[in-house]
Amino acid sequence: MSSAPAAELQGGSVSGPPSPFDYFFDRAFRGLAYAGAASILLLLALILYEIGGKALPGIREHGVALLVSSNWDVKAGEFGILPAIWGTLYSSLLALIIGGAFGVAMAIFLTQDFLPPRLAQVFRTIVELLAAIPSVVYGLWGIFVVIPVIRPVADWLHDKLAVIPFFSTSLAGPGMLPAAMVLAIMVLPTVAAVSQDALRLVPYKVKEAAYGLGTTRWEAILKVLLPAARNGIFGALVLGFGRALGETMALAMLVGNSNQVTLSLFAPANTLAALLALNFPEAGPKEIPVLMYAALVLLAITLLVNIAGSAIMVLAGRQGGAR
Amino acid sequence: MAAVLQEFHASSAIIDCKLERLFYSDFLAVRNSHVPIEKGKITGFIGPSGCGKSTVLRSLNRMNDLIAGFRFEGHVHFQGKDVYAKSVDPVVVRRYIGMVFQQPNPFSMNIYDNVAFGLRLNRFKGNLGERVEKALRSAALWDEVKDKLKKSGLSLSGGQQQRLCIARAVATEPTVLLMDEPCSALDPIATRRIEELMLELRKQYTIALVTHNMQQAIRVADVTAFFSVDISQGSRTGYLVEMGPTKQIFENPREDLTKQYVRGEFS
Amino acid sequence: MNAVVSRAEAAARNEPDALPIERQPWEARSLTSTFLSALVWVMAVIAAIPLFSVLYMLAVKGGSRLSWEALTSLPPAGFEMGGGFGNAIVGTIAMVGIAAGISVPVGILCAVFLSELGPESRTANAVRFAAKTLTGFPSILAGVFAYAMVVLLTGHYSAPAGGLALAVLMVPTVILTAEEAMRMVPKIMKDAAYGIGCTRTQVVLKVVLPTAMPGVLTGVMLAVARAAGETAPLLFTALFSSYWLYHEGEWAFGQPTASLAVLIFNFSGMPFENQIELAWAASLILVLLVLVVNLTSRFIAHRRV
Repeated sequence: MSSAPAAELQGGSVSGPPSPFDYFFDRAFRGLAYAGAASILLLLALILYEIGGKALPGIREHGVALLVSSNWDVKAGEFGILPAIWGTLYSSLLALIIGGAFGVAMAIFLTQDFLPPRLAQVFRTIVELLAAIPSVVYGLWGIFVVIPVIRPVADWLHDKLAVIPFFSTSLAGPGMLPAAMVLAIMVLPTVAAVSQDALRLVPYKVKEAAYGLGTTRWEAILKVLLPAARNGIFGALVLGFGRALGETMALAMLVGNSNQVTLSLFAPANTLAALLALNFPEAGPKEIPVLMYAALVLLAITLLVNIAGSAIMVLAGRQGGAR
Repeated sequence: MAAVLQEFHASSAIIDCKLERLFYSDFLAVRNSHVPIEKGKITGFIGPSGCGKSTVLRSLNRMNDLIAGFRFEGHVHFQGKDVYAKSVDPVVVRRYIGMVFQQPNPFSMNIYDNVAFGLRLNRFKGNLGERVEKALRSAALWDEVKDKLKKSGLSLSGGQQQRLCIARAVATEPTVLLMDEPCSALDPIATRRIEELMLELRKQYTIALVTHNMQQAIRVADVTAFFSVDISQGSRTGYLVEMGPTKQIFENPREDLTKQYVRGEFS
Repeated sequence: MNAVVSRAEAAARNEPDALPIERQPWEARSLTSTFLSALVWVMAVIAAIPLFSVLYMLAVKGGSRLSWEALTSLPPAGFEMGGGFGNAIVGTIAMVGIAAGISVPVGILCAVFLSELGPESRTANAVRFAAKTLTGFPSILAGVFAYAMVVLLTGHYSAPAGGLALAVLMVPTVILTAEEAMRMVPKIMKDAAYGIGCTRTQVVLKVVLPTAMPGVLTGVMLAVARAAGETAPLLFTALFSSYWLYHEGEWAFGQPTASLAVLIFNFSGMPFENQIELAWAASLILVLLVLVVNLTSRFIAHRRV
């Protein structure tokens, strides 16, 4: 073995125990890590405490009435967030239907070999960029592009089919439909990403079996692949719904901030998040407990939906790998 | 099992492992094994899979502490102390007993920093470059990497990576070097080089080596410890069957089980 | 069906079994499949349209107003002409900086706990659950929380209040991506660190974190990109300001602070052409900022050791 004479190089064992500083630093750093972890639990608890606590006066004073009334009269001290709750759920549902459909379609498009890999990556990047655009920019775009574009269609629908409750009013400007459409754009990336994961988890041999029996491409997708991935896709939709519920700015700018409960797609409406966004800055001491109450309701709804979505994903993950 | 195992008395045991029982949670993994590691020699641990040879090796430097549910009953005497005494810090033990693992595992740093890692860890204040060169020479890697010390350790071939890990382990010149099947992930040529390396390293270090390859033990080990699996109690518990000079174990073993194993009757 | 009929016909003509395996594109099943494929193509293209429309508007309407003046002057009042959003750029950077200063250390320390110190413990599972819950936290509620914690306590709107609200939104992303990155460090590498005599902290700081750094940085940058674009958390924590952050000889960290996102929101609702143009220009800058950070994070992610 080639080896230069090592005799003249320095020798001697260097091993020794860690220095007192090393020991101290070890304890200190681990302590900091524990503190970091504890702070997250603390944060969650604090959030519930602060919002819940400040909402208590509002709950005490207005009780359940707040949830079912539609009045909003600051001077008279009468408040009602029913339209906001309705608007939140209605807009999120619409966004889920549109965004969810496109999201699942996009997921199928990207995972079922419709494109060469390079082109598929381009589309994947497009979807990721859609998610990266800030909400307020979508709001601006919605005001100056979406509303003018759908106004003629809306007017036509209102003219001809006003008897259908969805088209019962005309589109003055902001309203439920433009808001829901922009919201759908924001839901799409979430649904597409999670659905892609769910579709990829389905073992290839399942699709092989379908093709082996002589199905067309779409029969394989619709009758075999989607059912196999249904838990994951359902989870994707729930998470998308949760995303829509939490969205604020695009809605604040597009939904019209009018406190009415209506099925019409073209009427202005309100959502809990938009309500908070627009009323908080100018709120006086009488309004704040009410707004906190509304915040608590929003928190409860989003928490429930997101926890349900995570639970479904865990279940889907287990099933996907089980076979 | 009832046979009295004649204990092998080492002339100067630098690590004296007196294992009574070793548990993983409720599973008794190894029992009753007295394994003295003689200074200045290469001690090989051989035996069929599942016999606990790696487990016993890793007990010597308290690496098994990292596994949840691990419990060691017995003593491992090293430099006058029981390594498993409550007052002993496993971190310190590992500074004096180095380890080379089955899979080459260089850090994701350049070659120089890999070798210098232990030196910096022990706050070595002297000439780092000299020590790094010395370590790489002892691992027979210096000539191959001296011009690319700043390249990533992971850019080397498998055999080179393992020699890098050896260099890293000997940079601080620990008292004992433990090697857990160091060649099992390597091709025959790389294996041969590392076996030659072990014989060189023996001049300076005491080595304890686990190997599943009997030929390797014959080529390299001075002393051999043969472990096997005891299934008489319903579960698979490893234990030391016989230990002695390699020549004796392979040519004239005392135990029947040893005879069967070295003849290749089971593996 | 077709196969049976053709076989019968073939038999009638005394032909050996001729299997009808030619393509039958006009048959119902194939037509459906073709139609659906076309549909999914159309849907994918439609989904891409908003992105290009937004980018187009930003480039055209925003680009036309972009100028040195726009980037360096203060926001114009109602009927004023000219002006810009220089202070908003500074404010956004400052508040995202504060948010990162809070969320990155806390997030990484928490991730160290989750992946190294107590991966399977009950506390770890509770923390993971809390972090996952917080990822879906509506941004407006982060603002409400920071309002209750800071504004009500200190009595005024400020940049740190805005920074705290953004930090609440950033922290879950940092934790979850950092934990994932640290878990990807091979166990054998950690074994080597323990084997050479590292204390637990030394294993983390000398081996795990450096190796996981690309993944951790990716997570941090994604969180930063998101925070830069957030409006709702700032609406009633930092409010808005028409002045520079360094103003009248001192740093105004205890005062309302401008940000690009809030500026866009405020100006978008104004009936003045000037402000609307500035809103577009500010949107262009904001989107460029977000995209640059996003692309950098991808670049880092691909440069794995």
